[in-house]
Amino acid sequence: MFQIKDKNFRAGLIITGAMLLIILVGTFWTPYDPNAMNASIKMSAPSLYHLLGTDNFGRDIFSRVVEGAGATFLIALASVAIGLVLGLVIGALTGWYGGWVDEVLMRLNDSITAFPSILLALVLIAIFGGGKYNIILALGVLFIPTFARIVRMEVARQKNLDYVRNARLMGVKDMRILFVHILPNTLPVLLSTVAIGFNNAVLAEASMSYLGIGVQPPDPSLGRMLNEAQAYLVSAPWYALSAGLAIILLVLGFGLLSDGLGGDGLA
Amino acid sequence: MQYIIKKTGVLLITLILVSMLAFLAFQIIPGDPTTKLLGTEYTPERAAALREELGLNRSIPARYWDWLTAFLTGDMGTSYSYSMAVREVLRGKVAVTAALSILSWLLVTAVSIPLGIALARYKGGRFDRISLSINQILMAIPPFFLGILFTYLFGLLLRWFVPGRFVPFSQSFWGCIGYLFFPALAISIPKIAKVAKLLRSSILHEMNLDYVRTAYSHGNSRWMVIKDHVLRNALLPVVTYLAMSLADIVASSIIVEQVFVLPGLGRLLIASISNRDFPVALCIVVIIAFVVVFMNYLADVVTQYVDPRVRLS
Repeated sequence: MFQIKDKNFRAGLIITGAMLLIILVGTFWTPYDPNAMNASIKMSAPSLYHLLGTDNFGRDIFSRVVEGAGATFLIALASVAIGLVLGLVIGALTGWYGGWVDEVLMRLNDSITAFPSILLALVLIAIFGGGKYNIILALGVLFIPTFARIVRMEVARQKNLDYVRNARLMGVKDMRILFVHILPNTLPVLLSTVAIGFNNAVLAEASMSYLGIGVQPPDPSLGRMLNEAQAYLVSAPWYALSAGLAIILLVLGFGLLSDGLGGDGLA
Repeated sequence: MQYIIKKTGVLLITLILVSMLAFLAFQIIPGDPTTKLLGTEYTPERAAALREELGLNRSIPARYWDWLTAFLTGDMGTSYSYSMAVREVLRGKVAVTAALSILSWLLVTAVSIPLGIALARYKGGRFDRISLSINQILMAIPPFFLGILFTYLFGLLLRWFVPGRFVPFSQSFWGCIGYLFFPALAISIPKIAKVAKLLRSSILHEMNLDYVRTAYSHGNSRWMVIKDHVLRNALLPVVTYLAMSLADIVASSIIVEQVFVLPGLGRLLIASISNRDFPVALCIVVIIAFVVVFMNYLADVVTQYVDPRVRLS
């Protein structure tokens, strides 16, 4: 079903799997309480006690990175889910029925994708305000056009294939053909887009929280950590490095997965 | 020619749609700007008068039309937080963002094309394998994190530049370019990795075609085949991608400006969104969107100029 470009896919699977495992364990247990302060060990360098050192309040950075990565991952998951579900329905219906609604929606789609995605997200944040849930909403809305376009293209291509005509002749209802027969066949294309979507969501969340208009304190996020860490670059460079590395690993893992699933990995 | 006319038509329609969407988006925002503008001097009568003065009582289409005609003649409205013309607020900022974006784009183009060719030429060798792995990692680094790394490495450790002390154009041309070089590098490195990878696979795709076999049978070496035959074809998708990537570059520069404390459009945009100064935010969004749409249009036109076959499909 997939043409897996072996090495990349496996590397992506390992990196993403490892990150997810750490995140999963992190939701139940972290070496230290991510928010416990300890003034006596402020900004201590990485050691066996504190794998990635401590921050300006003496909080354990490893625990904080794990918590932040979990938050960032959940935001990415939720926003991709919103974009995927709505995009899927819109794309499937417009691809199947065509007509003027299809034309209008696709034009609208084009003009929305004309904006750089960060810019659009900023506009949506300006409207709704910042915070965790608004980020999810903004990114989710942002992903709808991409998914809608891809599903629409696949559906429009497949609706004239023999197996669909066959199903029609046998009297299968439209909606059943669309969602039970055609949709599973769009999966290979869709999966690589989902991986890229994750990629973009992690980057966008990190960027916006870094800019201070995304996730707000006290909610954790990798981007917000980077924002805080920048002030302590000289005294505690490991702070920024750890948060940045976590972002890179998440993005790298999803990028490799998308690559292996046959996408070009260029989003 | 017909192709260009058609594309120009689409361009105009897209520009109108984009400006409409942006304008509408900023109308949905809850809250009344008069509350903020009047501050402690707020009385219902004054608010009503101000609303009348700002034209907030009129219908949205009418306001859109007024705003658009004013925008196109260069009157971009008045900033809420600075109480001065948006034009004045933007003055000088556009140049910084433009210079940063162009510099980054030039870096991407200048480095990625030779790199992509070299990767394809030595395909399968150690250089290719190692570079591809590094490439894959570089693609995953967010530009603003690279920016943070550079401020630490080149700014704080090596002291090649002073983070936060931007040298304006008017003071010293080379000083300005020198400061912009680091943010430009941060923006362009992930992009370079992507373009080089794209060019490599584009060349390798072409290498399987029949004309390449013919070229080999004429006694050309691998390098001569790539240089004289394959490259012209393989560059086509790359040229399109490069032209379109200006949009991403502008978007990254919005964030990277924040890292390097550059007085550009991006920082102003973030500030105006945080302060809810919507006339300024709207103008910046529309300006950036217009540039992006226009660059995509140019990409289309250039592609069809380089490769007339595109017109037919």
